[in-house]
Amino acid sequence: MKIQLAEIAHARSGDKGDTGNVGVIALRESYYPLLVKYLTVERVKLHFSGICLGKIERYELPNLGALNFLLHQSLGGGGTRSLKNDAQGKTLSSVMLRMELDITESISL
Amino acid sequence: MKQSIRIASGQGFWGDLQSAPIDQVRNGPIDYMVMDYLAEVTMSILQKQKMRDPKLGYAKDLVPLFEKILPDIVINDIRVITNGGGVNPIACRDAIFAVADRLGFKKLKIGVVYGDDILDKLETLTGQGVNFENTETKEQLSSVRSKIISANVYFGAFPIVEALKQGAQIVITGRTTDTGLTLAPMIYEYGWTNDDWNRLAAGTVAGHILECGGQASGGNFSAGWRSVPDMAHIGFPIAEAYPDGRVVITKHEKTGGRVSSATVKEQLLYEIGNPREYITPDCVADFTSIQLKDIGINRVEVSGVRGYPATDFYKVSMSYFDGYTAFGTLTYAWPDALEKASKADEILRIRLSDLGLKFEEIRTEFLGYNSCFGPLADHSEAMNEVVLRVGVRSQDQGAVEQFSRSIAPLILTGPPSVTGFAGGRPRPSEVIAYWPALIPKSSAASHVVVETN
Repeated sequence: MKIQLAEIAHARSGDKGDTGNVGVIALRESYYPLLVKYLTVERVKLHFSGICLGKIERYELPNLGALNFLLHQSLGGGGTRSLKNDAQGKTLSSVMLRMELDITESISL
Repeated sequence: MKQSIRIASGQGFWGDLQSAPIDQVRNGPIDYMVMDYLAEVTMSILQKQKMRDPKLGYAKDLVPLFEKILPDIVINDIRVITNGGGVNPIACRDAIFAVADRLGFKKLKIGVVYGDDILDKLETLTGQGVNFENTETKEQLSSVRSKIISANVYFGAFPIVEALKQGAQIVITGRTTDTGLTLAPMIYEYGWTNDDWNRLAAGTVAGHILECGGQASGGNFSAGWRSVPDMAHIGFPIAEAYPDGRVVITKHEKTGGRVSSATVKEQLLYEIGNPREYITPDCVADFTSIQLKDIGINRVEVSGVRGYPATDFYKVSMSYFDGYTAFGTLTYAWPDALEKASKADEILRIRLSDLGLKFEEIRTEFLGYNSCFGPLADHSEAMNEVVLRVGVRSQDQGAVEQFSRSIAPLILTGPPSVTGFAGGRPRPSEVIAYWPALIPKSSAASHVVVETN
């Protein structure tokens, strides 16, 4: 079935220099394995192409049902150098949650 | 030993909700209030203010704030800890002493933590072999050395603990970690040792939850923001800390906002890197060990935190001058709003080029269309309006000023149906760039002084 990430997760994002961080949290405990399975570095890289120009790192926090992504070179140089409206990556969480996923599991949302 | 202490967050950044610290001391019982004022670029702004006037260089908001809350904190014996001392914590203390004198409060004890400002010592330190390599880009300091405006070491909780031991009711620091402000009272009250890594990590995690104020209690919350009650009167978070390292995150009753495991989770994930290695001067906290539990309305228990030995380094935050920027905006209306805004951008760029101006970067974004979503933006022909936003950066102030003069002419000499230039020419501003580095702990020393008015 096709779902939007926003249907199974919430998120918060911020900056560290030119790197954006996006924390993605499962809305229900049972959704966490879906995040682990479908939110691969490759999938996220594809989704953020044109926004994230560097590498992407993924960390798992099973205790919080969450993943943390580091999106390098995403903020136009970062800090006060950046000419982006969202120089601090505050809305990268929205960009992430808009992702469409095609999952083989059947879940009731 | 107290069975628990309540540590309240009063400010998440300089410019945060002004009523929050007043509400925290008046709306319910607390033992401590912590206020974080220092973002990475804040130190450079304060350093510039101090250069113009040696009595400035701290968060000036603290003076009118203490005029309001000093009676409350003295009567209720609340201790206040803040890093709002910026690059001049002694002057900040003296300004608060003056408030105490005016209000008739005698024998107020204020502690000051300083020694973090190493701007004057950079020459000596580099001579001693501290290279201050940029931890993000790996560049050498020599490339920006002549342009450095500020250089500050991030101290942790222990200098604050020393000030509390000496009886300070208010502790004012320079560059102290946000988390150290919250951890310090726990160490002081419960006698935690400097190698009690699990408890130090537990207090550090509590500090991370509190450091952005209302962002832990329902602000900027993406899992159902509509259901957050009375955001207008949001209650800032409070950490109820226990001797064993267990912490309950809560807020005052009858305030707005919400504290739930979901709001706390979002804040825990805010601006972190590798969750297994959350590094502070006090310890290394493992965020994958944190256990959260909703134990009541607006009460979340945080437990199980594991910590590891601190590293041998302090983080150093430097800032340097790096040219000028300016931003111009114009609003284009239907029909063909986006197409017209794009055309205006094209015309602007031709004119800048005709003037022979060189910029390090020119960036165009269309607010209402792609400033957040970039290439993912969904184009709709029916777009009502769009804001063209063009930013430039250059080492040449003159070039940036000429850019500023090139925006308004687009209104009468470009595509039609354009507005939104009431603010006049955009003002060029200086770019103060950020240089993160490390310094061995043995090369930096904090100083603590506690005095009475």
